Amino acid sequence: MFATAQLLPGNVGRSVLGRDAPEEAVAEYNREHGTDRPAVVQYVDWLDSAVQGDLGESLAQTGVPVWDIVEPALVNSLKLAAFAFVLFVPLGILGGVLAGLRVGRPTDRAITVVGLSLAVIPEIVTGLVLILVFAIWLGWLPVTAQWEPGAGPLTQVKYLTLPAVALVIVLFGYIARITRAGVVEALDADYTRTAYLKGLPHSTVIRRHVLRNALMPTIAVIATQTGYLVGGLVAIEYLFNYQGIGLMVLQAAEQKDFTLLTAGVVIVGTGFLLVTLVADILFALINPRIRYGTAE
Amino acid sequence: MSELAAPAPGSEARAARRERLRLLLRSPSFIIGSVVIGFWVSCAILGGRITPYDPIFDQTPDLSVSPSSEYWFGTDRLGRDVFSRVIAGSRDILLVAPLATVLATVFGTALGLITGYFRGIADDTMSRVIDAVLAIPLIVLAVTVVASLGSRSVWSVTVVIAIVFSPIIARTVRAAVLGEVQLDYVEAARLRGERSPYVMFVEVLPNVMPPILVEATIRLGYAIFAVATLTFIGFGLQPPSADWAVQIADNYPFLSEQWWTVLFPALAISSLVVAVNLVSDSLQQVLER
Repeated sequence: MFATAQLLPGNVGRSVLGRDAPEEAVAEYNREHGTDRPAVVQYVDWLDSAVQGDLGESLAQTGVPVWDIVEPALVNSLKLAAFAFVLFVPLGILGGVLAGLRVGRPTDRAITVVGLSLAVIPEIVTGLVLILVFAIWLGWLPVTAQWEPGAGPLTQVKYLTLPAVALVIVLFGYIARITRAGVVEALDADYTRTAYLKGLPHSTVIRRHVLRNALMPTIAVIATQTGYLVGGLVAIEYLFNYQGIGLMVLQAAEQKDFTLLTAGVVIVGTGFLLVTLVADILFALINPRIRYGTAE
Repeated sequence: MSELAAPAPGSEARAARRERLRLLLRSPSFIIGSVVIGFWVSCAILGGRITPYDPIFDQTPDLSVSPSSEYWFGTDRLGRDVFSRVIAGSRDILLVAPLATVLATVFGTALGLITGYFRGIADDTMSRVIDAVLAIPLIVLAVTVVASLGSRSVWSVTVVIAIVFSPIIARTVRAAVLGEVQLDYVEAARLRGERSPYVMFVEVLPNVMPPILVEATIRLGYAIFAVATLTFIGFGLQPPSADWAVQIADNYPFLSEQWWTVLFPALAISSLVVAVNLVSDSLQQVLER
């Protein structure tokens, strides 16, 4: 991660000061910020500070510690991501279960085709259409996601609804698809037939036997989808002009603020890894057949 | 000995291919998808030659007119005909996205073949690098690389997307190769004294083509997605390109006054990605049964 952000730019001073800056000014700038040292030295130095919680100072907003910019952006992004998460997980599972229980029928086809088509449309496009319909034509919801300072939680939810729905639309299809596949497989399995033959009522079989087994693969997909959610935040935050970590990364890249950019990328990457780790642990807890360490 | 190497006699393989093609042509989603893609490809090739107005330079005296019989999709605030721009706007994305996909597929396939065939240290190292690359969301990674390169040309977008997609394709190919190298024909080729590159590219590669083809079409959909998103946030294609996402980015601040300048290019992008997705979905169903 550091490599992509740090090794590629060539001359940081040149990038920051612009093409026309005199050579001496560039050299001076690089000396001041330590960006004239070999990349490996810079990396070790950065890593050393980063593990102690010091991400350095912003290059564009001189003297401002990176963390002071990152923290509010991170809080904002987490709010949006959490909102989208509580919407897309239940909706996706519900859609998948409905489709799976009615496999091959119109409900199934509608959910599958619409879900997957919506999943491949870029979130900027869905976001734009949502803004156009619900904010501009109908006037129900605000155009941007950025609320006035000091707004209450309900107002914040109102501002976050459109961006969250735009993210949900992109993520819904995959969750629904995997859940549907799981349900179809479970319905077909021997244990389901056994349960029916035992004389258990339909709803009990579905709840206790089919859904329990069907939702296994869904958990794994929710993890990867949450990763995509982080990526989708960039475009959505830009579209809705929402001061989150995605917009921050964009602005840092725009201003050649490499310390801020590196911090942003590292935080996003760490978040992604954390989500994957939590999903793996959850998976092992729920599924007794997987026990890490003892297998193989 | 060479008969041993052939996985199936020629005629049988050809019959299987014909059967797959027949199944594909019977799938409505494949037909619809292909027709839409074909439409946009011809628009891209013909471009300004078939549009009623010049998509980039022709500025009609009518600024920001809503859709009418004269301007089907209205005009933008510079007086350019939106319909002409939507038709011509397919060109850049249909150049960048497929090119990036092809680059990524070639590179990713080579990588996947090597790691899957040799395994061992090469595989372990490569897999860790791939994991690291995949830990960063595509858009964030692309923005970082584009910002670092400092240039925002068509080429940098293409290369960035190719770089990001290669490991994903490599992973799929590796999985497919791992299944193949256990089979007898690979062992037979090895015993025959064939060298590794020959076994990899001549023996194994043809047998892992179906998953590679499916993966490539899926990636093409994502490449269009990625190019559009990168362009919209200002890190992809740049004006004066009439690209759809350029049009959206350009007119989006004026969305409330002139919705038609944004909605039509947005619908065009959607139709293209959905069409690509329909094709990849039907390919997957036919090839991976």
